[in-house]
Amino acid sequence: MSESKKFLYVNRKAPYGTVYALESLEVVLIGAAFEQDVQLLFVDDGVFQIVKGQDTKGIEMKNFSPTYSALGDYEVTKMYVSKESLEERGLTVDDLMPLTYEDEDDDWAEKDSIILVNKDEIAALMEEQDVVLSF
Amino acid sequence: MLHTVNKSPFEKNSLVSCLEHAADGSAILLIEDGVYGALNGSAVADKVKSVMGKSTIYALGPDLDARGIADKIMDGIKVVDYAGFVDLACENDKVQAWL
Amino acid sequence: MKFTIQVNEGPYQHQSSDTAYQFAKAALEKGHEIFRVFFYHDGVNNATRLTTPPQDDRNVVNRWSELAKEHNLDLVVCVAAAQRRGIADKDEAQRNGKDADNLADGFRISGLGQLIEGGIQSDRLVVFGD
Repeated sequence: MSESKKFLYVNRKAPYGTVYALESLEVVLIGAAFEQDVQLLFVDDGVFQIVKGQDTKGIEMKNFSPTYSALGDYEVTKMYVSKESLEERGLTVDDLMPLTYEDEDDDWAEKDSIILVNKDEIAALMEEQDVVLSF
Repeated sequence: MLHTVNKSPFEKNSLVSCLEHAADGSAILLIEDGVYGALNGSAVADKVKSVMGKSTIYALGPDLDARGIADKIMDGIKVVDYAGFVDLACENDKVQAWL
Repeated sequence: MKFTIQVNEGPYQHQSSDTAYQFAKAALEKGHEIFRVFFYHDGVNNATRLTTPPQDDRNVVNRWSELAKEHNLDLVVCVAAAQRRGIADKDEAQRNGKDADNLADGFRISGLGQLIEGGIQSDRLVVFGD
């Protein structure tokens, strides 16, 4: 499989209430091994997936939010987040977990994986993909 | 590209989010409960109409029929069957499902 | 054209498996190829042969099995999602110490890589879910 495609994972659902966020993350982790050009988009309730301070002890479910922070190690370094979706929910980027990666082309400098995008930028982002996986 | 919407716009924001994020020239296909978004005179009808010049809106005929609303949809929405759904998936270079 | 179809919901509760089936049938009738149908999330419940719908209702599971037989379709059930929800073939049941298996004819259990491969190998990935 030498062919490389642009994959976009569209996350539109909140974590814990349904399993979609967790199982979508599992696809991202497996997909990372296929050396495709991978991007994540968090839009609508999907932005709740990467809110910091998640503590699931009380609901006895697995807190999978730390996995998002580890995605940089899997060379998943482009996490697009909808500006409007944050605003609609009374959130700012400061409410999100810091998601970073080490850029091997820049002496392993730590860089931000989160890219804030507006509606038009999301429309353009979707158009440039080869495959869109929606959860 | 082709966008599919399968949620009633009166329950979920999938249709509105799709309309807001679809680039000009997109095809938007309403399926399953998404076909309620095709209703004439509904609270979301103006939003749907506002993208009609830029994108094309389709609705899946068997889903309209099943729900008894085939004669209640707004002008300008194209009705397709499953074969037409397949054609849309071919004509457009990718498909995004607004679940 | 070559399609991969992803089904994210179980039968009866949601329409997604029905729509996916009708889409697959229409695509095959038009001469297109279905590279794979991948069952994920509750979609793995489409693969239990213990399903017993009333006589006057469609049998969603058998319908997939028959379509697979007729067109030599590759129906793949995600192993991780299947384990969570109690869908197992003989090997899986044995490996996990279970006293029964329930995978329907025409389905096979495999990893998530099969979905990614579907995305890479197909011209189109079409997702049906909730």
